This record gives sequence, structure tokens and C-alpha cells, in this order.
Amino acid sequence: MKRKINLILSAVAVLAVLSIAAPTPKTVAAQSGPTCGTGPVKLNAYFETGFDLPFKLSEEFTKQYPNVTWDIKQDQFTNLINATPRLLSGDNPPDLIRLPTMVSFAKEGLLKNLDDYAKAFGWDKWPVPQLDQNRVAPDGTRGSGSLYAMGLNYSLTGVFYNKKLATQIGMKEPPKTLAEFEDLLAKAKSAGLLPIMEWGSAKSGMGLAFPLQALMASLGPTQPINDWIFQKKGATIDTPDNLKAAQRLEQWIKSGYFPPDINAIEYTDSNARFVKGEGVFTFNGDWENANYDKNMAGNVGFFLMPPADAKSSPAAMSAPLTFGIAAKAKNADCAAFFFNWVATNPTARQIDVSVGGSNPGGPADAKMPTVAEGSVTNETLAAGAVIGKAGTAMDFIANATSSIFAQGWTPELQKMVGGKQDAAGLLKAVQAEYERELTQ
Amino acid sequence: MPLVSSWRINPGKVIRRETLIGWIFVLPALLMYAVFVLVPFLLTFVYSFYRWTGVGAATWVGLKNYVTVFEVPDLLGTIINAFWLVVFFSFIPVGLGLVVASVIHRVATGRLGAVARTILFLPQVIPLVAAGIIWGWLLALPGLINQILRAIGLGAITRAWLGDFDWALPAVGLIGIWVLLGFCTVLLLTGMTKVDAALYESARIDGAGWFREFISITVPLLRYEIGVCLTVTVIAALAAFDIVYVSTAGGPGNATAVPGIQIYILAFTQRQIGLASALAVMLMILVVVVIVPIQWLTREVKQ
Repeated sequence: MKRKINLILSAVAVLAVLSIAAPTPKTVAAQSGPTCGTGPVKLNAYFETGFDLPFKLSEEFTKQYPNVTWDIKQDQFTNLINATPRLLSGDNPPDLIRLPTMVSFAKEGLLKNLDDYAKAFGWDKWPVPQLDQNRVAPDGTRGSGSLYAMGLNYSLTGVFYNKKLATQIGMKEPPKTLAEFEDLLAKAKSAGLLPIMEWGSAKSGMGLAFPLQALMASLGPTQPINDWIFQKKGATIDTPDNLKAAQRLEQWIKSGYFPPDINAIEYTDSNARFVKGEGVFTFNGDWENANYDKNMAGNVGFFLMPPADAKSSPAAMSAPLTFGIAAKAKNADCAAFFFNWVATNPTARQIDVSVGGSNPGGPADAKMPTVAEGSVTNETLAAGAVIGKAGTAMDFIANATSSIFAQGWTPELQKMVGGKQDAAGLLKAVQAEYERELTQ
Repeated sequence: MPLVSSWRINPGKVIRRETLIGWIFVLPALLMYAVFVLVPFLLTFVYSFYRWTGVGAATWVGLKNYVTVFEVPDLLGTIINAFWLVVFFSFIPVGLGLVVASVIHRVATGRLGAVARTILFLPQVIPLVAAGIIWGWLLALPGLINQILRAIGLGAITRAWLGDFDWALPAVGLIGIWVLLGFCTVLLLTGMTKVDAALYESARIDGAGWFREFISITVPLLRYEIGVCLTVTVIAALAAFDIVYVSTAGGPGNATAVPGIQIYILAFTQRQIGLASALAVMLMILVVVVIVPIQWLTREVKQ
């Protein structure tokens, strides 16, 4: 639950491609770039508990490269966050580690600079926008500079809907504008349904950050939002467009579009309740695809948050499932080879999509794995292509600083739910927290 | 001098030998205590004068952290919350524990008493994280507590207890009472068994009722046990972390935020070890300031 949100929270990297067309496992020698060699290699890895994808990928990798075995340690995501600095700087630095954030680790020289690998494997020729999210400039801003992490896949967020309930309120096709969407929310409310299921407990982190950011991108451009997240100089979240978005969210809260007990709802409970038919819509990400396709098969759809202006492109939070290599890792070459393999090997890409639910990234011309017709995964992959083309991907506003989510967005949005904070106060309080953290 | 064996000739040597043996017995425990309590305590103090991310070089900043700590959002609010928790974690469990223990002591000394003790003590044995999750379910809007309230016609007051700005702190307090009541009861009950039964007997012969006994015998003679209970539970309240973290993580807003949570966020999320240590040192001073008078008031009167 927390982990899922954190997927999004996590910084982004890009995946890219192999300069060589998908090599078959046996032709390692013919491939450019570093490899895992032929002698026995044991990769020292740290994965997060309860998230199958990296484990499944590691099994398949060993099947294809039997000389590589794994020493996998796992922990809850929150514990992993706290342990990461010590693991990276310790005596047995990980070859592969799930990263929550990376700017400070990159600045402290704890993470391997991946620029040489990017060149050797041709990652820098992969489609650009996503790659940038794992770059860190010397001044500590993200979005440009050297590459310090890679994504195993790229998640996408948007609006999931319960098809049966949506039909009930007369929704024939996904809304194309914000006005159409709000019309549907009002209809759901007057039909006695819960318009939007979302979570909001401090233990999970406040889920209203999802619809808030969606509204920001619907009502204004994405660039200022990314600048703020990447800590560009002088960036502020307190802009006129964002104020409009926060006011809209406040209006949604007052209209009763969210569950009244949202401040006590955990991420997992929110999902369980949505799957059981509570809530017409929910803002969430494609990491839940496997869950939705299994537990509400055929009854779940997805659309991107529609723009306020029908002529604009929709935008979305999209973040890589970020992994890094410790600066002192013993098997860095093999780990980099693994990154490359995940993005380019057809079996790996298939696992990525069917287990992870998200876009595997990789070279622009890489074949997209097949997914079941009518599944929601099909819809999110198609939506991902729209975002990729429009270049309107954003990182998550909760990723701007290490505790902006815990100390800023979560308490302030909870206060808004409780009627103790308004739209203008929300943005001011979060901006103040942001500046406080950056100056400390 | 105790235990002088006949084959030991020099009494001086014997003392030294016994002292040595004593130290050897204490050593393993002392070592553990030093490694896990004394050293971290000293390090926390040292860290509080540095700016340090936990990795790499630390910079000496003198007292700056102690000034910056006051910029921690809502710091005063978290301290006020901690004092509110004293009511729930300390006053209520100790008060209720006294009543429950004296009832058990008076009417249920046999098997019934043992069962009651066990049930009350059980929360001490259950892992708090599991208990926190269960309490989360019980106190949720669709949870059991609200179902019961609806069933008895109190549907109007149902709410998401842990998500309500006014009720989240008392709801966390309720979990604290559940955890700490058994501890206080068992400790106080043990104290009561130590009180000379003749005192109760003569009181009863004089016609004293339960309440009279309680006020005139139980409470004064349990002064020391009450002191221990208060000390432990007040520390649990002021330095609260676990119960709050597993039930609300400080929310909603900062309604249940306590210094322990802020220290955790500063140290492990923001990686400001120095600042977190400064807050920890200040919290420790606060605890000492509150605890010393309790110790002083409840000390056994020297004869």
C-alpha cells in the first residue's frame, strides 16, 4: 500500500534501449556494453517486500543467464527508505537496490553514475522525457545532469472507474473535459453513490494529492509543477493555476465527492472498498491493474484526467520503478546489464507488463508485450502512449523533498478535509515547508 | 562481613575477590547496557551539535540545532499533545488500575483473579503493530465500535474516530489505556499482596468498607508502586511513538503528532540526524523535569 504510492513517489528514471536489437541469451558475447561474463556472479540485491515484479524478473534472468545467482534481501518499503543510506555506504554495498529518492545519495557519491552505461548500451537514445527524471545535476536539481538510477518500468496514474456504476449514472464514454467529469461527479452524488473513493490516512500518505495534482495539470501547464518537484531555483507551488486547482479540490470535498471518513482510510482499505463497488471513480495508478483485472474483471475502466480545455492534451503523473547501483558495488556491470535486459528482452518485458502492470519503457521501436483484450492494462498502456506523445508526464508532487509528503501535503490536505484549511492556505503552508526543508 | 569461608585467610583479599566476582557477573549486562543505552545516549548528545545526514562528514554547528528545532512545524502543538496523552496513558490506567487491583484483591483472589489478571495483562504480550492494525479496523467508520453504537441507537455520534480532528487523540489514548491498564493493575496488585493482611482485617473489624480501606490503607501503602506506575506511564506518554505511529502516524492534520513522531521524521525521512538528536535531547530534558517531582513525591518515607 504505502509501497505502491511510493512507486509513484519514487523518482524517475528512464529506461531505454539497447543499441543492439534484442539479443538472444546465448549471444552475450556479440553484444556491446558490459555483461555478466561467464563465471559465477552473485548479485547482491535489496527489494521491497510484497512486490512481485523484481523477484519474477530475477528468476527469469537466472534462467537465461545461469551463471548469475541472487542474494536478495527484502524489507518493507518504509524500512528500506530508512536503511538505504547505511546500505549504500556499508561494507557490502548492493549491486541493485530499490531507491526511494536519490538526489542526496547522488550528491554524497553513494550511487554509481550510470552515464557510461547509458552510452555503452545506448540508453541515451531511448525516448527522452522519462529518462530525465533520474538525472541529477551537480547543484542537486533533478531533471538534467548525470543518470543515477533506472526504472524497471514506468507507472501511470489517472482515473479508474467502475463500469457498472458509471453506466448507472449515464456515462457512455470517458469524459473529455474537466467540465464533463465534474458533471459525472455531480450525477453520481445525486444518484446516492460515492463519486470518488480515495484514501487519506497519514499512515498511507494523503491520497488527495493524486486528484489535486491531476487538477493542477488539467487547469494549467505541467512544466512549473515539474520545476517545483525538481527543485529548480525560485520554483513555487503557490501559482494562480494551482490555486484554482486547490479551490476546485476544496469544492469537491465540500460537495461530498470523497468518503466522509477519508482521513482514516488506508490505501489498502480504499482499494478493497473500490473493488467491492464503493465509489464510481478512484484516482490511482496502473500498479493496481493486476488487482483490478482479477477482482473486478470486465467491470473496470481507465481514463486520463481530462484537461479543462478540450483542445489541450491530458497530463499524468508517471514515475519509474527506480533502482540504483551502489557506487562501490562489486558487480555493477552485471547490474547494468540486468537493467538493459529488463527493458529489451521480450520475456522480461512481458513479465514487466503482466506482473507489474506498467509500461516497460525501453527503445522507441521495442515491441509492446501483448495483454488480454478488454483488460484495464490494455487501457493504461494506450493512455501511456498518449502521454508519451504529448510530453505531459509529471513526477509526483509528493516527491519534491524527502518529507514534503509527510510534513506538508498530508497534514494540510487532511486539514482541508476537516474544514481547517482552505485552498490558499494549503499552497502557502506547503510552499513554506518546502522552503524550510531546502534551507536546512 | 558475609560469607567468609573458613579456608579464606585474608579478609581483605576476600572482599577484593568478591568484588571481582561481582563485576564479572554484572559485566555481560553492563556491556549490553553500555552498548545499547549509554553509548547511544552519549552519541545522541554529541550528534546534536553537528549537522549530519547520517552518512559522510558531519559539520560542527554548536547550538544551532537547538535553535532550529523551534522551527519544526507545530512543535508546541506536539508537546501539548504529549501532555494530553499523559491523561490517557498515565492518570487513567493508574487510577483505574488501583480500583481494579483492589477489587481483584478483595473479591477474587482465586482462579477468577488469575483469569482477570491474565486478560488485563494480555495487551502487553500482543505485538503492538498487530494491535494497532486491529484497533484501526475497530475504530474505522464501518468498524465494530460504530456498528455497536448504531445498534444501540447512537448512530448520530458514529465517526471515523482516528480520522476526526477532535476525537483522534482520545481514540489513540483509548489504545494506550488498553495497553497500559494491565501493566499497572498487575504491578499494583503485587504491591497489595505485600501489605500486611492484618491491616485490612483490623480495618474490617472496625467496620471499614471497601472505599475506606482503599483510601486509608491501599493508596498510602502503595505509594511506591504508584510512583513506579506513574513514572513508567508518564514516560510512555511523553516519549510516545509506537502507539501513535501504528494508529494514526500523527494525523489527521497534526492532531495526534507527538515529539517522538517528529524525531523519527527528522532523523529518518529528512535525514537531519543533528536536528533530530537535538529534539531528542530536549524531549529527554522535558521527561526528566516531569518525572523528578513524581519520584520525589512518591518516594517511600524514610523511617
